[in-house]
Formats: sequence, structure tokens, C-alpha cells
Amino acid sequence: METAVKVKKNWWTGGQSPYNVSYGKLMMWFFLVSDTFTFSALLISYGTTRFSVNYWPDANYVFNKFFIIKGNMPLLSVSLMTFILIMSSVTMVLAVHAGHLKRQKEVAKWLFFTIIGGLAFLGCQAFEWTDLITEKGVTMTHNLLGPVVNGHATAGPSAFGAFFFTITGFHGCHVFSGVIINIIILINVLKGTYEKRGHYEMVEKIGLYWHFVDLVWVYVFTCFYLL
Amino acid sequence: MEHVQILEDQPRGLKDPVVRTLIRVFWILLCVTIVEVGFAFLHYFTDFPPRVLLNAIFISLTVVKAFFIVAEFMHLRHELKNLIFSVLVPLLFIIWGITAFLADGNSWKHMRNETPVIEHLSPWRNDMHASH
Repeated sequence: METAVKVKKNWWTGGQSPYNVSYGKLMMWFFLVSDTFTFSALLISYGTTRFSVNYWPDANYVFNKFFIIKGNMPLLSVSLMTFILIMSSVTMVLAVHAGHLKRQKEVAKWLFFTIIGGLAFLGCQAFEWTDLITEKGVTMTHNLLGPVVNGHATAGPSAFGAFFFTITGFHGCHVFSGVIINIIILINVLKGTYEKRGHYEMVEKIGLYWHFVDLVWVYVFTCFYLL
Repeated sequence: MEHVQILEDQPRGLKDPVVRTLIRVFWILLCVTIVEVGFAFLHYFTDFPPRVLLNAIFISLTVVKAFFIVAEFMHLRHELKNLIFSVLVPLLFIIWGITAFLADGNSWKHMRNETPVIEHLSPWRNDMHASH
């Protein structure tokens, strides 16, 4: 017979990974699944608390500073942060793609831009936290942004600050460690470690992690700033 | 390796079809974000989309963004079904978690509003600043 018969490949007969990915990438996926549960536990507990109280500060008022510029500009700085993180996700995926094609210089270039994006994001977050703590009086245990009763400002639910700083802090921690790992991998790329190894799988793994961080930010952005 | 010749022939920059796809995904993500922020401003200035509708829009657009990040950037769409299901099926627990715990929070609020004594036992009350 001339025509080739298409046989459906059985991945479960042994001798190969049924997932068709390397051990390292599979474990990165499973780590990300477990990290998803950590973040969702935090966000769900935030939601539960928010559902259980009568008053919650209005995000349009809480986050109304655009760095050092005076005036009321709701959502602008956090939109910029979202844009920065999406950009750095794109540069990261371009680095991974360049890694598939074994183009050492391109990988280094895109990784460098990714690191810059991560640092810019952390800088924005530092500005935002500073404004919240020093100007608005919101900390882990205090919240001055309460409802106005008889013309007097009252205290709001202190859970607002606790959840905000815990969740964005935990996310910022992920960004920070991602930047550090990116720097280490960039050094290895420049040293030619992966060129010698014959593949750039390490870039793929940190790529997965970095996109996950972006994904979490998409949810944090919705839960804290939009809803 | 025999791939090397093929790799050298790969078009560079925007001529590369993979890069073009990635850039397209980037534009989708950016546009969805701009639409979200646009709706937020629309509500801020005009109160137009009622809060419930607005929240529904935000949540569905967030799921759209999450889909594109996971499917294209994390490449999950192009992996084997075995891997896709191993990653996605455990996430059903999160749907259960959202449903159960938000309902719990809601009933907590009703209990607190109907029995005023519980308000004073609330762990979220900030007594240091509530006195004046």
C-alpha cells in the first residue's frame, strides 16, 4: 500500500514521558499549579472578607496618584503597571522563541528587556505602596479610609490594608525572584552555558514562571482595582 | 544536529510567523486591558454600566486575558491533552472555593447586620481609630 496509515500514538505504553515534555518543564507546570492554589486561597479569602463587611474603600479613590504628579488620577498608574508587565511577558516569550532557534544574542537581548520590565514594575509598586502608607494611612493593621459619618472621616475595615499588602506583596515577591532568576539566566546565556548544552530549555522554564506572574497580576488587577 | 540548517533559514523579526502570532496576542491583551480601564472610567464619570453588569464584564474580560496568556504565551494550547488536563482539571477546586467561600462571606454579613452584637466581635473592626 502506498498511503501511509495514520496510527494514533499511545503515550501511556512506557519508555517516554506521557506529557511529551521534559522532567524540568513538567515540574515547573506542577509548581505553578500549586502556586495557583496559594494565590487563589489568598484572593478567595480577600473576597470572602469583602463580602462580609458593609463598607469597603473605593479603589478609584484609594489608587488615584500617578507617581509624584499632583491631582486626582484614578487607575492610571496601575494601568501603566499592567502595561509594563504585559510588555515584559511579550519580551520573555520572544526570548523563549529565540531560544528555540538557538540565537544566543537575541535571547540575551529579550531577556535584558524582560529584566528591565520587571524592575520598572517593582519601582511602580514601590511608589504606590509609599503613597498608600504615608499619604492615605493604610497599613497592615490600620485603614483610615472609612465611611464619612456626620462629616467626620472614620476608620475603614483594617482587612483592606492587610489583604492588599499581603497579596500585592506576595506577588511583588514573585516578580522580584523572577527578576533575580532572569539575571542569573541572562549571565548563563552570555557565558554560553546553554549554547554548550545544546538547548535553551532553562529559558523556557523561567518563561513559564514569568508568564504565570503576569497571569496572577491580571487577577490581582481585577480583584483590587476594578471590582 | 540536522535542525541547524532549517533554523538558519528561519525568517527573522516580523517575517517570522511565530513572532507575528505572539505580537497579535500582545495586541489582544493590550486592547482588552484598555477596554477594561475604559469601562472603569465610564462608570467613574457617568455611573452608566450598573455595578453588577460592570463586574460581570470585568470578570469575563479577565478570563479572556488569562486564556490568551496560558494558551499562547505559556504554550499550553500546543501541548498534549495529557498535560492540558493535568494542569486544568485541579483548578475546578478553585471554582468550588470561590462559590463556597463567597456565599459564606455573604451569610456572615447578614448575620452581623441582623444581630448587632456580632458587629463588636468583628475581627476587622479597627478600634484605635473608630472612637471619634
